[in-house]
Amino acid sequence: MIELSRITKRFGSHAALDGVDLSIPKATTTALIGPSGCGKSTLLRVIIGLIEADEGEVTIEGRPLAAWNQRELRQRFGYAIQSGGLFPHLTARQNIELPARAHRCALKPGRIAELAELTHLDPSLLDRFSAELSGGQRQRVALVRALVLDPDILLLDEPLGALDPMVRADLQRDLKSLFDELNKTVVLVTHDLAEAAYLAPADIVLLREGRIAQRGAFAHLRAEPAEPFVTSFIEAQTERVAALVGAVP
Amino acid sequence: MIRWLLVIVLAASAAGQERVVVGSKSFTESAILGHMLVALAEDAGVKADLKSFPGSSVAFAALRASEIIAYPEYTGTLKRELLAELGLETDDELRDALAKLGLAMSEPIGFNNTYAVGVTRATADRLSLQTIGDLASHPDLRLAFSNEFMNRGDGWPGLRDTYGLPNPARGIEHALSYPALAQGQIDATDLYSTDAQIAAMGLAVLEDDRGYFPRYDAVVLYRLDLAERNPAVLASLLKLGGAIDEARMRSYNERAELGGPNDEGRVPPAVVAADAVNELFGLEAEASSSTLASRVLLRTRQHLVLVGVSMGIAIAIALPLGVVAARSRAFAGPVLGITGVLQTVPALALLVLLIGPLGIGAPTAIVALLLYSLLPIVRNTHAGLTGIAGDLVESADAIGLAGLDRLRRVELPLALPTILAGIKIAAVINVGTATLGGFISAGGYGQPIFTGITQNNFALILEGAVPAAAMAVLVQLAFDGLERLVVPRGLRL
Repeated sequence: MIELSRITKRFGSHAALDGVDLSIPKATTTALIGPSGCGKSTLLRVIIGLIEADEGEVTIEGRPLAAWNQRELRQRFGYAIQSGGLFPHLTARQNIELPARAHRCALKPGRIAELAELTHLDPSLLDRFSAELSGGQRQRVALVRALVLDPDILLLDEPLGALDPMVRADLQRDLKSLFDELNKTVVLVTHDLAEAAYLAPADIVLLREGRIAQRGAFAHLRAEPAEPFVTSFIEAQTERVAALVGAVP
Repeated sequence: MIRWLLVIVLAASAAGQERVVVGSKSFTESAILGHMLVALAEDAGVKADLKSFPGSSVAFAALRASEIIAYPEYTGTLKRELLAELGLETDDELRDALAKLGLAMSEPIGFNNTYAVGVTRATADRLSLQTIGDLASHPDLRLAFSNEFMNRGDGWPGLRDTYGLPNPARGIEHALSYPALAQGQIDATDLYSTDAQIAAMGLAVLEDDRGYFPRYDAVVLYRLDLAERNPAVLASLLKLGGAIDEARMRSYNERAELGGPNDEGRVPPAVVAADAVNELFGLEAEASSSTLASRVLLRTRQHLVLVGVSMGIAIAIALPLGVVAARSRAFAGPVLGITGVLQTVPALALLVLLIGPLGIGAPTAIVALLLYSLLPIVRNTHAGLTGIAGDLVESADAIGLAGLDRLRRVELPLALPTILAGIKIAAVINVGTATLGGFISAGGYGQPIFTGITQNNFALILEGAVPAAAMAVLVQLAFDGLERLVVPRGLRL
């Protein structure tokens, strides 16, 4: 369980997050969505502690972030970003093994193969460098790396943002079944409403200018928009939502 | 490393024979006399080496510091320059003063190599110049004096005041002043009266009618403790007293600078010296049979030590500095600023500044070179680390890599190509700058370059310059190879 209360983060005079309250329950998939600059990526970084909020408090499983041992906390999180964030000097396998090295723990034999199968990553790609992989392959490697220590919480920042549509559709399907199978707490940042509706149909958090505009299931947002912004954000993407999750009532 | 040094030191001392070091200044006459002293010392049963110094004051300092046991000097230089503050007049006063410093001088070798002022015969005839004072009525004449003469107590300032000369004067390397005179680029210069070129070029020597220049009787200057430590060597060195008159010395200089009779070509000072001691003292000395290859090999070793040691220490200092500068912005400003300022100090000036606290020789050159090498390494380490893409730094952080772990596993490998490029730049510059070590007797390729300039010997200059250029290219190639070896393949794709 992740609890955010009154989180404010400013960059200069601009408030990227402006008093955000958010509670994310265990074993669900939550999508943070909104236009560029709405603060969704900043929110994700505050959760994992990559940036510190100016005001407010983050608690993970009831303990304030500051009270956690940094290493212990990192081990609870799997984190993947848009470009994959793979280290170019290491092979895919070395990238995947890095979290284990950082935390001085050994991987179970077969762990990487098991995750490769789960994420549909061709094992023959494991000895390639990042520069030798396609965008989709990189993203699958990043996913394996995020999952390798079996974290409770998976934080994904636009994981499919840099992919072409065909590859993206493939990975969306794979992610969906992965989330269903693993039953982890997932927080997914995306600017794509269709992706959010598909991967996190029950819990979408729509942000605007550092505040939460509305939160709820996709159907709820659509049926009872809290403000005109919600309506216009949804309408702008309706066709694509229909294509992915079926006709919208 | 330390074990290897020990092995080398032990191997050197295992040769058993006692070693002494004799000095000389780098100009031809002093070099010939220095080689003669080496031959005489070896005749007394020791192994002797010759160390060449760029000027009187450094040679004198080396003698006082026991770096050498003896070197050829001139009484005028001692009285007016090296011990000028004592106001010495007679040779007896000079001997007393030297004794107080633990030094002594031999009987005069037999020639007076005084300073003189010379012009071409044509200039002398055209302007009816006979004495130095005659120059005063021709203020448009261009005077150029050797760099040492420009500043010496017995040099230009005193000469100008004694004769009231209004002419401006500039400094020039002594060996270059003869061609400059011949080509009409300058009108008058200082000569050593035993210079071979005076006769060869038919120069007019202006009379010192006010007796400004003292006698410059050549002597062997040596340490008094030599009498106890090695009386046989001292006795042998002192044979030079009274052995060479002015005509003979001039003929030696001529053979070395202009070539011997029968189109012999220029003869190295070492060979002139060997022939001289054999003729004068019936020795059977051979000019140390150093071939071109063995000389280049020796200097390559010396040069590699200068470059290798200075680079090693520079890397050990600069890498951590660069890392800390990349971590702390407050630290980055001063570190980059100070190393940047060090880089702007001209290399020669840096060397000279360091002679004060550190003396002359290889250690001083190594300190100067390492200070010079800091900036490219610090700057590139800083740039390589701060230039790592933000999302990679964030990913490392999110994975839980922190501190030294992150530095070792992620940051240094990613910055490695940039850091290596900095080390490569530093090393290539270092190879070139190390030739300036010749200026302070640090050995290496600079030694023949500087000696060649002083003796106006182009072949000798090339003997240092060509290998130095080759080494710079090789260092560049070696680093290119090293880059392929150590930079992870993923960064080269």
